[in-house]
Amino acid sequence: MTKYIIRRLLQTIPVLIGVSILVFSLMFLIPGDPARVMAGEGASEQTIENLREKLGLNDPAYVQYGRFITSAVKGDLGNSVRSGRPVMDEISARFWITVELSIYATILSVFIGLIAGIVSAVRHYTLTDIFIMIIALFGLSMPNFWLGLVLIQWFALGNLPFGMDMPAWLFDIVQMRPSGWGESWRQMVLPVITLGTGGAAIIARMTRSSMLEVIGQDYIRTARAKGVSERLVIYRHALKNALIPVVTVIGLEFGGFLGGAVLTETIFAINGMGRLTIDAIRQRDFPIVQGTVLVISIIFVLVNLLVDISYKFLNKRIDLN
Amino acid sequence: MTQQLENILEVNNLQTVFATEGGEVRAVDGVSFVVPKGKTIGIVGESGSGKSITSLSILRLLAKNGKVNDGEILFKGKDLLKLTDKQMRDIRGNQISMIFQEPMTSLNPVYTVGQQISETLIIHKKISKQEAMKQSVDMLKLVGIPSPEKRVKQYPHELSGGMRQRVMIAMALACDPEILIADEPTTALDVTIQAQILELIRDLQNRLDMSVIMITHDLGVVAETCDYVAVMYAGQVVEYSDVRTLFKNPKHPYTLGLLNSLPRHDVDQEKLIPIKGMVPSPHDMPVGCRFAPRCPVATQACHTKPPMLESIGNNEQIRCWMYSEEWDGDSEVTLYGEKRTVKG
Repeated sequence: MTKYIIRRLLQTIPVLIGVSILVFSLMFLIPGDPARVMAGEGASEQTIENLREKLGLNDPAYVQYGRFITSAVKGDLGNSVRSGRPVMDEISARFWITVELSIYATILSVFIGLIAGIVSAVRHYTLTDIFIMIIALFGLSMPNFWLGLVLIQWFALGNLPFGMDMPAWLFDIVQMRPSGWGESWRQMVLPVITLGTGGAAIIARMTRSSMLEVIGQDYIRTARAKGVSERLVIYRHALKNALIPVVTVIGLEFGGFLGGAVLTETIFAINGMGRLTIDAIRQRDFPIVQGTVLVISIIFVLVNLLVDISYKFLNKRIDLN
Repeated sequence: MTQQLENILEVNNLQTVFATEGGEVRAVDGVSFVVPKGKTIGIVGESGSGKSITSLSILRLLAKNGKVNDGEILFKGKDLLKLTDKQMRDIRGNQISMIFQEPMTSLNPVYTVGQQISETLIIHKKISKQEAMKQSVDMLKLVGIPSPEKRVKQYPHELSGGMRQRVMIAMALACDPEILIADEPTTALDVTIQAQILELIRDLQNRLDMSVIMITHDLGVVAETCDYVAVMYAGQVVEYSDVRTLFKNPKHPYTLGLLNSLPRHDVDQEKLIPIKGMVPSPHDMPVGCRFAPRCPVATQACHTKPPMLESIGNNEQIRCWMYSEEWDGDSEVTLYGEKRTVKG
């Protein structure tokens, strides 16, 4: 097991080098000159040229990349062009906010998705199943930004549809203060719902189809023939087998939340990594863009590794070596 | 064999239907047989004759779209069809156990052999995990698995097909059941292993004094293991008798056809004689005798009136017009090259 983890960690190195090259080339692919942005609009050509020299932008690409990668390995991703603060500081200030949001969204989608999927599979082809699958289809089709805006309209601003009144307790739970994030868990409710809904729908559909496949297996019949109760047949015999593909989806989703919380964070004015990235792109703050993309990639790779390791616990047939 | 045996299981006029897209299908239609205590009864028939469905009906393990429409299944006098789900669960794996055709897929891949045998013990005997594990080792020893202490911690994929079937048997017998239903237990195994598994079942049956329902399409298995045989065709029992009578003096034309299509060592055979035609589709059953379209001696009456399963003589039942008073054909017929006097 340890050997496997070490080997997998070593395998991530080429992946990360690839990512770093892509991230680095962004600087050359995106139109706009960082030196010009930094110097401001009225700056003379000479000032811009000096700045470019100072930033090393005139060096050949491979020299620049070498410089970027050697300091990156040391944990130094350069300084923000806008604020002048180290990129690592900028990221770590925002990182945990996004991680927190993603964890809650994952918990929500796993919780709802698993229950909905199991119920749907156990009662398949009944009205319950059809109802759950229609809801899931909705959840899947609603874009994040739209759902976020609707939730804000309904619950944060209190403009419920059909002129309904919002009960005070509900308002208490879902009210959202756009300024400060992290003051209380309440402020996470709407963003977490926004982010987690799509995931819940995907997990529900995945769990349903996976459960349906497993329920038809011979060993489920064996379990019933042993006198195992229907409840245990589902939770002990079927679910553990059905979880294998679902765990992959959960892992991918968590990674996706981390990198893809951009819209949700923008709508709810959350100062997470997604917003940091968007602002940095808008301001041509390349070191920040490079830094966030790199950090997200590393997390994605690590989450995938965790998923692979969890397979071993779910399915003994998998030989990790 | 005149001594009256106690019947542990009695299936009367069982009728199992399935809802399919093409309408309701009667997979089992009026099946009756008895299982005497301590004996083995074989249910033999082609694929689709309803023999597996019969066994699944007994344990009420039918798929969602199937249900028992009519009949009774008396286990020690109690009708299993009238029990609650909870009462039925107490019987499954405890008093009536079942093993299946595919040992490769019948064990749960994510639990160890020991965990799976223990589960049965824990459910029915309410004993601790440790105690159940100890008994699981004993069960593995009983079914002839070498180094059971090691095997008990292994997962199904680490065992061969024959080993897995032994594990299935260990699991089925863990609670000392009174009836073991073996649904084609050797079909998926290679020949040498088949013999071992049959031997094991027979040996354990004698030691534990249980009844066995052996479901098979293989008359060789029947000859080797069974005391009584029910021959099934198209969802019905067409002949029921003790195994000696069946092989020595088969009565139903279908049974005769089956025996004739087997290679034999005791007589000279130029070639095997197959039964002509195909098994009828359950959507389109013949109105008369279901075997009539393939029967070499079928008469007008056979095609129009369904025969009943009638007792003829001691412990023999047959579903054929030929043996009834109403037979309208010749009194001497030639069946698969063999002259027979019927009627009277």
